[in-house]
Amino acid sequence: MGRETAKAQQGTAYTVEQLVAFNRYNPDILPDLENYVNDQVSSQTYSLESNLCLLRLYQFEPEKMSSQIVARILVKALMAMPAPDFSLCLFLIPERVQMEEQFKTLIVLSHYLETGRFRQFWDEAAKSRHIVEAVPGFEQAIQDYAIHVLSLTYQRIPRTVLAEAINIEGLALDKFLEHQVANSGWVIEKSQGRGQLIVLPRDEYNDPILKKNTADSVPFEHIAHILNNLS
Amino acid sequence: MADHDEQRLQPQDLGYDPNFVPDSVKSFVVHLYRQIREKNVYEIHQLYEASFQTLSERHFKDTPWPSVDAVAQYVDNDHVFCLLYREMWFRHLYARLTPTLRQRIDSWDNYCSLFQVVLHGVVNMQLPNQWLWDMVDEFVYQFQSFCQYRAKMKNKTEQEIALLRQFDQAWNVFGVLNFLQALVEKSAIIQILEQEKEGLEQFTANDGYDYNGGSNVLKVLGYFSMVGLLRVHCLLGDYDTGLKCLQPIDISQPGVFNIVIGCHITTIYHYGFANLMLRRYVEAIREFNKILLYIFKTKVYHQKSPQYEQILKKNEQMYALLAICLSLCPQSKLVDETVNSQLREKYGEKMSRMQRYDDEAFAMYDELFSYACPKFITPSAPSFEEPLVNYNQDAYRLQLKLFLYEAKQQQLLSGLRTFLKVYSTISLAKLASYMEVDEPTLRTILLTYKHKTHAVDSAGKVISNADVNFFIDDDTIHVVESKPPKRFKG
Repeated sequence: MGRETAKAQQGTAYTVEQLVAFNRYNPDILPDLENYVNDQVSSQTYSLESNLCLLRLYQFEPEKMSSQIVARILVKALMAMPAPDFSLCLFLIPERVQMEEQFKTLIVLSHYLETGRFRQFWDEAAKSRHIVEAVPGFEQAIQDYAIHVLSLTYQRIPRTVLAEAINIEGLALDKFLEHQVANSGWVIEKSQGRGQLIVLPRDEYNDPILKKNTADSVPFEHIAHILNNLS
Repeated sequence: MADHDEQRLQPQDLGYDPNFVPDSVKSFVVHLYRQIREKNVYEIHQLYEASFQTLSERHFKDTPWPSVDAVAQYVDNDHVFCLLYREMWFRHLYARLTPTLRQRIDSWDNYCSLFQVVLHGVVNMQLPNQWLWDMVDEFVYQFQSFCQYRAKMKNKTEQEIALLRQFDQAWNVFGVLNFLQALVEKSAIIQILEQEKEGLEQFTANDGYDYNGGSNVLKVLGYFSMVGLLRVHCLLGDYDTGLKCLQPIDISQPGVFNIVIGCHITTIYHYGFANLMLRRYVEAIREFNKILLYIFKTKVYHQKSPQYEQILKKNEQMYALLAICLSLCPQSKLVDETVNSQLREKYGEKMSRMQRYDDEAFAMYDELFSYACPKFITPSAPSFEEPLVNYNQDAYRLQLKLFLYEAKQQQLLSGLRTFLKVYSTISLAKLASYMEVDEPTLRTILLTYKHKTHAVDSAGKVISNADVNFFIDDDTIHVVESKPPKRFKG
């Protein structure tokens, strides 16, 4: 879905996480945190905590702020959707910085994603390739998010709607669907003369019966607690 | 500890002689000093809260207390007592008068000395929780006040600017955060709370007091500093980190945080506010509901206390925040009837206007948010080179703007909800025509509804906040609700 935690690569990631945990309010760790952002980009990992820490340091010492690093943090945060990380980052970035072109674009992109406007998102992203192509894994992360929201919403979704949301069509879409059928429990139906319908897996969010069962059942932790007390 | 600036006459201080110590004050410091040495916490509390207030009312309504130099002789010139006295002295000053820049800097110095003494583990006192909470609370308040003051550069005198440049460490954000963090770490309070869960510690059971002949000061200051950190991070707009700082305290259980009412309210207010900004509306609603009910039942007991006004103010602000949360995320089962009726009385009309999501609605959101939000700060020092402007509103304006932006994204959801409550099934085409939008737009609205009502919690798990839910099967919407069956098939 996009929310990847920083893998404990022996060396860099582990050390930086420690830095953030034990040296949170130390201005000297700023270069390490900046390097870590670049690491996250190139190795397709992510650490919200570390990035917020860096944004905070920029807030404390604005003359040290690097626009490029901030832009990369924001792109990574977009990739973490549906988590609200992008907003969390914006809260820490001064308004005048947010008025710069590249940030206005990112905010527009975020707006489209927040309001389910995937077609407009992909159109705008295509115009801003330089911003989004700088971060590997971007397209995939947004597609994951799109599928997440579609799965909350649809039991059966028309192929065209899906295609627009994930920006894949034609043969590439066929391949994609094959993969999902094989690995994620998707089923393809033929709808009367209107093209394919994709049947998404049922869960408590798009199926009232499953929702009811989840709501009525007692969480295991509660039962375990009682059982412990009985012994 | 001579400080000539204490003697500088300010307009409000006409007639103030810092060296004049009325007999009642002499008696007060002597008693307080003795009770502290004898570790009589109850007596200390009486003197600290009741006597100090009474004497302030009687003798120091609009002047400072006598200078620490004047009283030191009555308390053996005890270094630590003098630091404590000065802390109270400054707190009184901030409450009744406007501190000068020099006084702000001196107060910072006093906190540095006081905290350093505590951090070195050399204090052997037991102080009442109320006092220890007030220290942390005041420390954060004075930091916030300093940032607000510093950001108003327009009318600063040359002397003030020179002082600001010279004493750039005073109330520096790194200093403030590092002190609070140091108190948390040095006290090992997080480990103590962990061990308490396994029955290896008695911290909460003893209300934080030490019954083994030791001192409660470092431990309890460390504990309250976690709340202090939550507050500072909220002032900076860093809600996620603020909540992380509070995490070691389980607010669903009784704890030291709810022994002192001011601490209890501050904790929940900031916890709720942070959750609101993180879009975890249900969590915010739950906590606001609990505390508002608690205040309703117990405020009569605090009528005489010096915190009463603050309690009432925070109470009103939390009702405003609750109104906001419920407008953005309607819930029918989470609010207690008492709280609900208070809420309807105070904000019933505003809430119904807010849910119309027109221009007037956003004016209401603006009004309530501005009334209830923390006093956000810009933590960095100004650049003294540029033309001097006031930028003290910048931080607030940013948070307000981002909040309204979020509220606007939910604009069409209220209309959608109205239709969902009326139909059990309806085709996309029909609903689109009722809502006067085209089908693709309707699909985006439906996706937005799902996204906005399904929050992601701190563990990355998806939680549904939707009071009315639906799913789409091809081109038909099926409404799902755990209420009595509805009437229409659209």
